[in-house]
This record gives sequence, C-alpha cells and structure tokens, in this order.
Amino acid sequence: MKKIPKPYKNPYFAGAILGVVLFSAYALTHSGLGASGAISRIHVAITKLIWQSHVDALSTFAVMGAGDTNPLDHASVFLLIGTFLGGMVSAFLNGRLKVEIFKGPQISNVQRLIFALIGGLIMGYGARFARGCTSGQALSGGAVLSLGSWAFMFSVFIGGYAVAYFVRRLWAEPKLT
Amino acid sequence: MLPIDVIAVLGKYGGYAVFVLIGIGFGVSLELAGFGDSRRLAAQFYLKDMRVLKTMFTGIVVAALLIFLAAAIGLLDFAQISVTQTFLWPGIIGGLIMGVGFIVGGYCPGTSLVSAASFKIDGLFFLVGTILGAGFFGESLPAFDDFWNSSFTERYLVSDWLGWSIGATLFAVTLMALVMFYGAEKTEEFFRTKGTGKVWSWKITRRSYIYGASALVFTALLVWVIGQPDPVRKWNLMESRYSAQLSSRDVFIHPLEYVKTYNDASIKLVTLDLRLEDEFRNFHLTGSENVKPEDFLDPKFVVLLSQLPAQGVVVLIASNDSVSTQAWKYLKVQGVNNVYILENGLRDWNTIFAGKTISGKPFNIASPPSEVLQLFPKDAFAPKIKISTKKRSGGLCS
Repeated sequence: MKKIPKPYKNPYFAGAILGVVLFSAYALTHSGLGASGAISRIHVAITKLIWQSHVDALSTFAVMGAGDTNPLDHASVFLLIGTFLGGMVSAFLNGRLKVEIFKGPQISNVQRLIFALIGGLIMGYGARFARGCTSGQALSGGAVLSLGSWAFMFSVFIGGYAVAYFVRRLWAEPKLT
Repeated sequence: MLPIDVIAVLGKYGGYAVFVLIGIGFGVSLELAGFGDSRRLAAQFYLKDMRVLKTMFTGIVVAALLIFLAAAIGLLDFAQISVTQTFLWPGIIGGLIMGVGFIVGGYCPGTSLVSAASFKIDGLFFLVGTILGAGFFGESLPAFDDFWNSSFTERYLVSDWLGWSIGATLFAVTLMALVMFYGAEKTEEFFRTKGTGKVWSWKITRRSYIYGASALVFTALLVWVIGQPDPVRKWNLMESRYSAQLSSRDVFIHPLEYVKTYNDASIKLVTLDLRLEDEFRNFHLTGSENVKPEDFLDPKFVVLLSQLPAQGVVVLIASNDSVSTQAWKYLKVQGVNNVYILENGLRDWNTIFAGKTISGKPFNIASPPSEVLQLFPKDAFAPKIKISTKKRSGGLCS
C-alpha cells in the first residue's frame, strides 16, 4: 500500500492551531509548551541507570534525579510523550508515516545522519544553556511577552543565518513540494 | 477563572493525562506545519520557505491575543501564569548556539521529536544528539556557572522594558508580525527555486488573508482598548475566588503564630506595618517595614513581594481589619503568594506578652524569641500558615 503524502497545511493555519494549543497549555497548567526539559530528564534517567553517584554530584542533574527521585516523574515528560504521539498520529493520517531520511540532494545518507547527530548535540547543549528550546523559550515566552524570550528568539535566527552560508552544501536545492 | 492547575484538580495522574493531550495538540500542529521535515526548516535560513517564521509568529500572536484578551475581560489571571525567567545573556548566547545547531542538524528539539515520531531517521539521530548535548552541558556547566546565572530578572516583559502598556505592546507586536509575514511572502516569491510553485492543501485567496490579518489587528485593538485590569477591577472579578478565605478568617494569624514564623529560619518573612508613622515610631516589631496603603497599588513595590522565594511569607499589620484586608486583596490579585494578616494588628500584642519572662528574665517584646512559645499552652492558637510552594516561574523547559 503506497500512500501519497498530503501536502503540509498552510503555515498560518498551522500557526493558529499552535496558538490555540499554547493558550490551552497556559490556561490549564499555568505554563507553556516545551521539549528540552523533558529531553534533559531522559538523559538524566539514562545516566542514572549506570552512574547514580554522578547524577547526585552534578547540581543540574541532581535537581532532576538525585537519590530516589525519578527524573521521568514530571509533567514535561508527559507533554513530550504527547508531542511524540501527536506527531505520529498526524503523520499517519496524512500519509507521511514512512521510514526515510530527509536531506539535501548533495550529501549522502550517512553524511546527513552524522550532521543530524552533530546538530542535535549543539542544539541540546544550547537549549540547556538558554534554559529552554525553541518551543519553550521562544514560543511560550514570546506569547507572554517575556523580554528574555524575544531576545532569545532573535538570537536563534541570527545564529542560524550567520552559519547558513557555510553549510549550504548540506541543504542546497532543497526539493520543495 | 483560569488558569486552573490540572494536577491540583485531577490529581497527579489525571493531570499528567491532560499534559499528554496538550502534547498531542502540540505534536499535531508541528507535524501539520511541516516541521517534521528538516528540509523545510532549513529552507527558512536560505529564504526559500519561510514557514518557520510564519507558523511561529502566528502561534505567538494568536496565543498572546487569547491570553491577554482573556485577562482583559477577567477570564484569566495573568499574575498566575508562569512567565519564563529571564537570564538575558545566557539566553542570547544559548540562542546563538541553538541557531547553529538548527542549521547544521535541521531541527530543534520539539520538531526532531515529531520527525522521529513519523519514522524519519535523521530526526531520530538529531533527537539522540540533543539528549547527549543536554548531558554535555551538565558536565561542562561547573566551568561557567557564574555566567549562566547572571543577568537574571524574574518576570520582565517586553512592555516593562518599553514602558508601554501590555495592550499597546501587543498591538505593536501584532503589526510587526503582519509586516514580517508580508516581507516573508515577498522574500519567498523572490528566492523560491524555479518550478516549485506554491502548492497549498487548501485554496486560500488573497481575501482570506486580509480577513485573517484584520481579525488579528481588531483583536489586538480590542485588548488595548479594554486594558489589563488594575488591582481594583481585578478584585471585583476575582472576589468569589478569594473572599471565602477572608470570611472564614483563614488568613488571620495569631500573634503566637507570628512569633513562631518569625523565629523559623527556613521562612523568609516580610512584615509590612500599615499603621501611621507616629504609631510605628512608637512601637513596631523588629524587622517590620512601615508602608502606606497606596503602596499596594504600586507595581514596583508589589513586584518585590511577588518575587519572594517559595518559602516567603508576607504578614500585614494594621490598626483595623478594613485596612489590612484591603491590602491583602490587592496583593492577592497581583499574584503575591502566602499573604497573612496579624489578627487585631498589634492591639493584642502587649496583653499577650507584657509581664512574661523567660527563666525569670524579661525579653524584648518587639522580637520575641521562640522560647516564648513554651509559656503558652500548645493549643493557644490554631496554625493558619500553609506555605504554598507552588513554583510559578521556570516552566517546562528548564
């Protein structure tokens, strides 16, 4: 069975849905959306399995998983699970649930995966540095007009544009459908 | 009145279930926007497809309008909303690093999740990268801990920085977003690779864009015109929520409970004395501060109280109940936690403590030591102070 992926929604329409979801998050839970906190918790949970004393020793890890604390027993982790499920359901309904690698046409699959991993590393590092990811800081903080979040948001764009030229081979001629 | 705290209402697991539902909404909207596709996201930085900017700013503007409209008409108490704390410079540096990660790897944490969920291998690798990156950060943090905790402000809004009202700021943000959308459309037209024309899943005419934009501008204008409620109006809106605490006298504490709190090193106690200056000079409790009733309407004064640590307790002292309850109301609606009133002000103070001695020695009744409590029966007062340690800052990302 081969499904033809449906085109993505109009970005403004998707943005409006996102805005309503973000508003409900604030209305129901006091806080906005986020992913990087939970990602950090997954890291601590894994580290905890093999090296408990290290988790206890480093303050940033200890907050989440010192001693008997279960780092995954936190609302953000359930938000993350939901995000994963939502992404999967939407991809399935729109015929986009398919094993593949998205990449620019000029690089190989292996190269793409290496760069994805490196990019992820940099992103994960930066997200902890900035105390939040694009969704947590920029989106959620931006919607409540937090000054730091707006400064953060523009610096993400600046960082991206500053380096884009040098890594253009990774993405050159992206096929837009 | 919003916001509600699902975990408090539904219990821990019921609350977690709601978080899963919100997450599903989040995941669906990211996936529908095409954020599971790294090429789409990267194209933002080559000006070929500006959907990152369009979706993000639409989301921000729509959410902001809903939040502040709800606050303006009294549906939502903005003081209870957790605003991410500002660490300005660490945020900027972290943002720059993330920008680099974004263009090298093609995702951000939330979008890589959605990408991995739709079986994209590059999304999965990126996600694994972010988990490792978070670890590296924790390992390296001790080297620059001071910087990471620098330039901190608890709750600092763009409107505070500009010195504008929230309504005016929001209106400006809405207009800015629309200008950016227009610019984005023009830029795309210019840079779009030949032969890959616009294909959208549903026909959108020029007219519907104009309708959409007008709806946003109109709402922003409405929020501006109504204005955010001041403490007086807020109390009228929220009276039903808090008045029970006043009528049941749950917030009036006995002098002995004050002494207990005063001597508790784990509590950060702020005592505000609302009596006249003469009375204050005549006698006041050690560490208390003489304030005027109108101070409670001054945002600069109140913000210091709302930024107290979680174990902060504010106690109000006044000559009569109407003054202290008025101040209590104003603090409550402005989001200050753990506010209590000293029962009968200082009128009972002398009667209770005068003539008492500890091991035969008199003590300073302006700052009674904790031993004083042993002079009274255990049930001399009903403890009222319940510290709500609800952390209202931080949010889910930290």
